[in-house]
Amino acid sequence: MLMNSKTYIAAAFVALAFGAPAQADERYAPVRDQTVIKECGACHMVFQPQMLPAKSWSKIVDGLANHFGEDASLDADTARQIKAYLVKDAADAGWWGGKFMRGLSKTSAPLRITETPYWVREHNEEVPQRAWSDPKVKSKANCLACHSRADKGNYDDD
Amino acid sequence: MKIRIIVPLHPKLIIAVLALSLLPIQGSASELRQQIIAGFAQDAKLKNSGFAGFSAGRGQTLFLSKPATGKPDTPSCTTCHSINPAAKGQTRAGKEIAPMAVSKTPERFTDSKKVEKWFRRNCKSVLGRICTALEKGDFVTFMSNQ
Ligand code: HEC
Repeated sequence: MLMNSKTYIAAAFVALAFGAPAQADERYAPVRDQTVIKECGACHMVFQPQMLPAKSWSKIVDGLANHFGEDASLDADTARQIKAYLVKDAADAGWWGGKFMRGLSKTSAPLRITETPYWVREHNEEVPQRAWSDPKVKSKANCLACHSRADKGNYDDD
Repeated sequence: MKIRIIVPLHPKLIIAVLALSLLPIQGSASELRQQIIAGFAQDAKLKNSGFAGFSAGRGQTLFLSKPATGKPDTPSCTTCHSINPAAKGQTRAGKEIAPMAVSKTPERFTDSKKVEKWFRRNCKSVLGRICTALEKGDFVTFMSNQ
């Protein structure tokens, strides 16, 4: 059979419609910036920027002197560099909007990934309440306690 | 014909040479730490001419204290660093922290920028203010003996 351009387009649609949902898709590009890895990673897993909108990241970096109840302040240069990196790949950075924008209005800027509607839905359905009080988990910010490859951007093991 | 394998160095000699080659690395870590402590001593003297050296005991008291003047989620240094300096700690987000005791983590307090950054943050979190040079010197002296 000869494939003309129409056939290709039709094939692409078929792949989009049936192919994609069959694959595990909780994957995010891992953070590669050494400054972000060093500074954010000193206290917690380096969360992927795709998990919060740009406004959230700005608020978080600007508020590091009181970061969820801790002083995590940085010198101005380092803070600026980290903010630029996070904002560039934020959940709302592309025209299509990332998964973490689902259920979020364009103006909202949550400070916790664990308070976004997408995160809440994904975890409420499957995670029993008692799992959160396991001392090995300690905090909802401890993705690695259950997603062993979360730092590589891979959350398929859910 | 007999083949003789020549061993030019006695094994004990090799071990001795290896041990010697490791010494400078160890030496430089404690040298760097001594420099950092010396810096704190200079500042402490500037503030108080009667400064009579650092005290591991006072450092321990600071480490274990619950001053209740800082942020509610971080009542003490031990909130994250564990009550035993030789044990691993844990951040509030569940990440492991290497022991503060120098005997367990030899590279502790050897990078002046890192030391100052964490004193600034952690003293603000726990005490609600920055630490004095005396407090910093006492703390590092205590952990160096652990
Ligand atoms: C909220 C958690 C937390 C609290 C509370 C805390 N620390 Fe820390 N501290 C850390 C983390 C995280 C690091 C960096 C990780 C590392 O060095 O292993 C650190 C590192 C340090 C360092 C740098 C060590 C080095 O290797 O140079 C010093 C100094 C320090 N802390 C002192 C203190 C003192 C003093 C207190 C109490 C007044 C305190 N910390 C309370 C989390 C904490």
